[in-house]
Amino acid sequence: MNTSIEKAAANAAYPVFIPFIMAGDPNEEATIETALTLQEAGAHILELGIPYSDPLADGPVIQEAAERSLAGGMTLKKALALVPKMRERGLNIPVVIFTYYNPVYQMGLETFAKAAAENEADGLLIPDLPLEESEVVRTSMNEHGLELISLVAPTSKARIERIAQGAQGFLYIVSSLGVTGTRDELAEGTRAFIEEVKAVSPVPAAAGFGISKPEHVKALEGAADGVIVGSAIVRIIAQFEEELREPETRPEALEKVKALAVSLVTMTPMKDEVT
Amino acid sequence: MNVNYPDEFGRYGRFGGQFVPETLMAALEELESSFRHALQDEAFMKEYHHMLTEYAGRKTPLTYAGRLTEKLGGAAIYLKREDLLHTGAHKLNNAIGQALLAKRMGKEKIVAETGAGQHGVATATVCARLGLECKVFMGAEDMERQKLNVFRMELLGAEVIPAESGSRTLKDATNEAIRYWVTHVEDTFYLIGSVVGPHPYPEMVREFQRVIGEETKQQMIEAVGDVPNAAVACVGGGSNAIGMFSPLLAEKTKLYGAEAAGEGINTPNHAATISKGRPGVIHGSLTFLMQDEAGQITEPYSISAGLDYPGIGPEHAHLADSGAAEYTAVTDEEALEAVQLLASTEGILPAIETAHAVSLAARKAAAMESSETLVICVSGRGDKDVQTMNDRISSQKEAEA
Repeated sequence: MNTSIEKAAANAAYPVFIPFIMAGDPNEEATIETALTLQEAGAHILELGIPYSDPLADGPVIQEAAERSLAGGMTLKKALALVPKMRERGLNIPVVIFTYYNPVYQMGLETFAKAAAENEADGLLIPDLPLEESEVVRTSMNEHGLELISLVAPTSKARIERIAQGAQGFLYIVSSLGVTGTRDELAEGTRAFIEEVKAVSPVPAAAGFGISKPEHVKALEGAADGVIVGSAIVRIIAQFEEELREPETRPEALEKVKALAVSLVTMTPMKDEVT
Repeated sequence: MNVNYPDEFGRYGRFGGQFVPETLMAALEELESSFRHALQDEAFMKEYHHMLTEYAGRKTPLTYAGRLTEKLGGAAIYLKREDLLHTGAHKLNNAIGQALLAKRMGKEKIVAETGAGQHGVATATVCARLGLECKVFMGAEDMERQKLNVFRMELLGAEVIPAESGSRTLKDATNEAIRYWVTHVEDTFYLIGSVVGPHPYPEMVREFQRVIGEETKQQMIEAVGDVPNAAVACVGGGSNAIGMFSPLLAEKTKLYGAEAAGEGINTPNHAATISKGRPGVIHGSLTFLMQDEAGQITEPYSISAGLDYPGIGPEHAHLADSGAAEYTAVTDEEALEAVQLLASTEGILPAIETAHAVSLAARKAAAMESSETLVICVSGRGDKDVQTMNDRISSQKEAEA
């Protein structure tokens, strides 16, 4: 299958940039405008997070984003409905829905796949759905033209090839042990691990988990095809939560998000790093 | 009935499975394979049973509850005395089994979650005994409510780490333990406390708790010449219940689980997962789950911290679904009455968790023939709950006065 996600990833020069934002953090309008800002900054694919009460693959930054979003009443259904609104405003990059399995299971696989396709989403990524549990989900998604993104981890070893064989869109390389979150340094052996995965991947391979600085992106050049960045972006959204809520102050806050995104895409360290 | 589950995918009927991040899958594969080898290894099983006997104090007695039987006027009631096990609850059976397995796998670091602290204490105890490093995640809220157990764990050499996320209770402690395990999976063994979590945990914990039901069966045959007509156990995650039920599944014994109704199943404050939950995924397993319309997990409530869990072991979900066991919700108030009932008739102060089973058992026994027998799994002793009981019972008396 050669769909929009794979094309977007395959046609880009390094780095394919895949930012993550949480739907509804801090509100719907801010999410829509953040998505557009990230596209402007050079994003090739957008990962749109669905907040969950028990995000066990996520560190504190994404957990808190989920709490803010849930407090505002965000749901999977409402998040899907944001995608057409983004499209109307000019978003044309593929959108991958990032969600834990339970909300999708509750909506029903068929209902979800149909709604996601109707709302012009392109793919689905479920961090708590390993290969062994994924077949029924993949079938439902594919029937509606959506792709299910597969993940490999540093512990996958003998599983890497099996997972890579079924990969669609892009292959998500969990580059370090642990949960999502910013890290100061890339783990030792990250590059070698990525090269090992890349060698067997039929689709572009992007690295995530802990990738938060332009230096990290630079360090993976020539190994990965791209990077997924979540916590570093969400941390700025948290920092400018109040500004992002209000239309008057939002543009200024979005500039901060954009500055980080541009520095990641261009692999150029920022002068005044936002901390 | 046929009890050859879970299948190769860790499924109990439509429940169970492995809904975890890819990072953990290799560890679960390794764990399953080590567990299967250990079960077949005579030396390992001998060491496990030796430690149960010489260290934990098995086998635990089966006590005929004569005065309780007489008071209720129905089935003859027997008590399986897990409250007399070292550390005061059934939790130690499983902690010993898994800690020995960890050692066998060459893992010297243990991480565990705990709600009320009973599993944490059992884990800290066996880690001290075997010389393993022990970290226990406990909800910050629970640490406040169960200060003495925190102190006990620390005395035993464990590090107790507060879980500050979410509602800061057992569910969140489990999330944090899993997050810790994902980060340290290469040298750390996750010692889970109940028949929950991804495959093979529910099966493994069952196998390390089935000694309860095996002894009960044998003791009942010695005492009355037959297996019991009914068995009753409380269910949070459901490890003491599975331990009791599993060896009796193929028998005529009717199996009853008591879950926590808290303030009532028609109020928002309960932990009645089977009565009120829907199938969903929690902590790696598809099972009955307390959740809202959109699939967000909701906060359970029970007076007993050990039953205060929004999920339930997937095997229980399957037993409920197939009708092989029956589950009934028991309120805080009914449990507190049952504490007083068992204490005053038999001189045994049960844990509030256990009291849920006592309450249900009293209801069932009263409706049975005097020629029939019923066994209650007295999963733990009530010393840890004396303060809670005192607070609740005195405030009730005040309200009545």
